[in-house]
Amino acid sequence: MPLVSFHDVQKTYRSLQGVDYPALEHFSLEIEVGEFFCLLGPSGCGKTTVLKMLAGFEAPTAGRILMEGRPVAGASRDRAVVFQGDDSLYGWLTAVENVEFGLRMRHVHRTERRERARRYLELVGLRGQEQKYPAELSGGMKQRIQIARVLANEPKMLLMDEPFAALDAQTRTLMQMELASIWHATRTTVLFITHDIDEAVTLGKRIGVMQAGPRSRVKGVVDVSLDGARSRTDDAFLRYYKQVYEMIRDEVAKSLSRAD
Amino acid sequence: MRLARHLWTVYGGYALGFASLFVIWQLASIYLVSSVLFPPPTVVFKKGLLLVKNGVLLEHLAASLQRILAGFVAGSLLGIPIGLAMGSFLPVRKLLEPYTEFLRFIPSVAMITVAVIWFGIGEASKVFLIIYTTIFIVILNTAAGVSAIAPNKIRAAESLGATPAQIFFHVALPATVPYILTGMRLAMANSFTTIVAAELIAANDGLGKMLWDGRLFMLVDEIFVSLVTLGFLGFVTDRMFRWSIYTFAGKYSPAT
Repeated sequence: MPLVSFHDVQKTYRSLQGVDYPALEHFSLEIEVGEFFCLLGPSGCGKTTVLKMLAGFEAPTAGRILMEGRPVAGASRDRAVVFQGDDSLYGWLTAVENVEFGLRMRHVHRTERRERARRYLELVGLRGQEQKYPAELSGGMKQRIQIARVLANEPKMLLMDEPFAALDAQTRTLMQMELASIWHATRTTVLFITHDIDEAVTLGKRIGVMQAGPRSRVKGVVDVSLDGARSRTDDAFLRYYKQVYEMIRDEVAKSLSRAD
Repeated sequence: MRLARHLWTVYGGYALGFASLFVIWQLASIYLVSSVLFPPPTVVFKKGLLLVKNGVLLEHLAASLQRILAGFVAGSLLGIPIGLAMGSFLPVRKLLEPYTEFLRFIPSVAMITVAVIWFGIGEASKVFLIIYTTIFIVILNTAAGVSAIAPNKIRAAESLGATPAQIFFHVALPATVPYILTGMRLAMANSFTTIVAAELIAANDGLGKMLWDGRLFMLVDEIFVSLVTLGFLGFVTDRMFRWSIYTFAGKYSPAT
């Protein structure tokens, strides 16, 4: 049984003028336990909508979303979210206090939660930054806090919504490498939303390519059988890149022509 | 030497600014408007010193400060929970907005007459007016602060397993603190305006009463002592407010 499954999900937004916009239609997808699944699509295709529905922030208009066979209803600590920007961090709490937030809400004893928070801060490379406030840290460091915060809470899966999109190119590459090694160490199931083919091929075990909206769905899924550290200059890497690129090229063109 | 330079970089500008204010005032009162109706600062300070020594100034000062403090604290304590409720729950907002949106346009100065009729010329009417002038700004800022919380802060808490009550106390409330403090700071400034106006019209003591007596008996020096005291008092309280925000609630300070 897959960990998560979308069955024929439909999501329609209604504007203030009462006009319906069918973002997703007949959207189906399965994510297995322990896999790193990248959902790739052109901007405006509804990939963030997929994440929001799985997180429980929004309900589907029709269709079913199941996790471990049970319908998803509202947010839960089973499905932790790493957001794109840094506005989800608590500016009045230090790095370590941000990381232990979930544990504190569950009344985990102070010494234990501190210990766990420190361990995860170390895992994401923030040793020595425990007592700093988010405002004192760089964009990359703030995303590390977010990652440590969700890992410390030990969820069944991670939902990541373009977490590195706002970072500079060098930091992004570094964060991708670190996330890959964290995933290899923890084997937590991940749904990773991105519009960057390079990022998807670097990180994903499977890549779901979405159509351009409206009425978007998964156009196809690519299995990436690359092991260990992936190099952008490998032939195999480039083959996958090309395969995904050819799938998404027309969709990007469609989404651009619609935006005009 | 190092300390002196440090003090100079921090306070030098201020000191110079204040000094120039008094120098210009002194020169203006001697050369520009040479009249008993515009006493120079030397005369005013001499008079002020006299009034401090015989206790009159401190008595008036204490009376005004007490009223401001009582009304300001009460108004804030009432305004914060109301603002939080209005910002958090749409029905509460719709229910209470007619009150806040209607009443906040009636200036507290206009309420003086009603306050005196209802509560007499004693303390109660002054405290009522300060509460009145404090509460709406605090409510408005608090409610605005709640609605300015980034939705992702709430969502993150939800998916970390926080209950609605925990989200309120651990996310919504601390995220709103900078707005509350800003509202209180503005309310403090308003309180000064209101207390002087109220004491001008009906009071037995206070800095406003001192102004009125000065006018009544043509004690121009005393009027100026009262004015300078008000300016000084406002400046000092605002600085203290800012200082305590940065010291005790640095991470909540409105600037960051």
